[in-house]
Amino acid sequence: MDHFPTNWGRPRNDAVDLYNTFPIHQRPSNVPKDAFSAGIQHTQQPIVTGTSVLAIKFKDGVMMAADNLASYGSLARFRNIQRLCPVGEHTVLGAGGDMGDFQYIQAILDELIIDEFAAGDGHTLGPKEVHNYLSELMYARRSKMNPLWNALLVGGFKDGERFLAFVDLLGTTYSASTLATGYGAHIAQPLLRSAVEGREDTLTEDEARKILEESMRVLFYRDARSLDQYQIATITAKGVDISESRKLETAWSFAEGIRGYGAQTQ
Amino acid sequence: MSRTPVSLPQQHQFNPYSENGGTILAIAGANFSVIAGDTRQSEGYNIQTRYAPKVFRLTDKAVLATNGFAADGNMFVKKVRQRLEWYRHAHARDMSLHAIARLIQTMLYQRRFFPYYVYNILGGIEDDGSGAVYSFDPVGSYERETCRAAGAASSLVQPFLDNQIYFKNQTAPPGSAHPTHLPLAHVLSLVIDSFTSATERHIEVGDGLEMYVVLAKGSPLQGLDTIHGVTELTNIPGGERMFVIRRSLKRD
Repeated sequence: MDHFPTNWGRPRNDAVDLYNTFPIHQRPSNVPKDAFSAGIQHTQQPIVTGTSVLAIKFKDGVMMAADNLASYGSLARFRNIQRLCPVGEHTVLGAGGDMGDFQYIQAILDELIIDEFAAGDGHTLGPKEVHNYLSELMYARRSKMNPLWNALLVGGFKDGERFLAFVDLLGTTYSASTLATGYGAHIAQPLLRSAVEGREDTLTEDEARKILEESMRVLFYRDARSLDQYQIATITAKGVDISESRKLETAWSFAEGIRGYGAQTQ
Repeated sequence: MSRTPVSLPQQHQFNPYSENGGTILAIAGANFSVIAGDTRQSEGYNIQTRYAPKVFRLTDKAVLATNGFAADGNMFVKKVRQRLEWYRHAHARDMSLHAIARLIQTMLYQRRFFPYYVYNILGGIEDDGSGAVYSFDPVGSYERETCRAAGAASSLVQPFLDNQIYFKNQTAPPGSAHPTHLPLAHVLSLVIDSFTSATERHIEVGDGLEMYVVLAKGSPLQGLDTIHGVTELTNIPGGERMFVIRRSLKRD
């Protein structure tokens, strides 16, 4: 009997992933191993993953959105996970990719914020500093060939200035008035750009929220690893506000009219 | 009894590199140097941002352009600047251009077995007042040249430069010779044409163009004042002068 449940009921040839359930297809092998291979284990793939994070600039600051799902391959494993977290008083961090790595990053940042507070010098870390710290951390880990498997968005508002930037597992960084990670980079980014580019200084908070909600809806329709429960973070001069989890209104009646595949008989 | 695997489980090795597109270009004149790059940063078919500079001012007379893997490029520029700052504290003056070039070669070669995946082009003014361009490969091989293009569209731009700067495959009219150095206005129009053409034919080039111009001590403006979109960056009056010209390129 095979002792590994993930092997049960799956093709015996592990060169194929018949049901496209990445990442679980790398099952534990029962074959005797090289005695040294277990010495150091580095992350080779994400396991429990979050999908897209979206962010835009608007008149008074930055707004971000991410759903509450953490997937295990194609399984919707954890449906009440927070992927937006406050860092200090001026910054929000949003994460896609491995949620374990993300929670580890949160622990590091919590410690950093406490150390800065304990210094008691009247300075606080703003979004620029947090982003720079994260880019150094991510680049250092990729250079050790032991990456933190995430795509991160850092949004914030400090000293009258909006800030929005990206950093990923390779240490690649960039900044723009609209940003999206993961599947959202393909599906939502074009929608965000046509809604926001050139209007960063006139968009109101309500308009910004509407743009993000519509993009999250499109993502829920198209991204099989997404959820209709999501949160929105707003960062302005007043500080950080992360909303309660909210639900997307969706309509599926059109599916009744689809013919040509599926279970219908005519 | 030992079992042998039918096939080993596939191992996805983590790939620490990526390519972020874009193109850079530098041309040296008799008493000036032009260093340019587009501002698009991309990965695959995604445009990550329309404005990510890859041309950086190092000193009052040296400008470095980087192209390849953006994370390595930014980190490399950061480390070069740090070394230049240490030099300034030790010697109370800026490092000269040929010394920066050798510094860059040693810094690149130190990482010979885990290279910075970056093509560097250094431009500026040499101690003798001549315009200079140094080009590097990712592991530090370098040479001084008159012009060089690197990056995604280098195979489109370099042949054009060979023809227009080095006059390759061109014969001079009888009784005359090709000029050894071109005037600044002419060089700038070649740079602009290179990038508009590269934007037409290469999907990873576009959005914006940043051209840095360094003028040797005491040399005239050579028409720079008549070009629109020029910003002067000169720190110390009476020394080398530095300008940046920003243009837009097609965004599609």
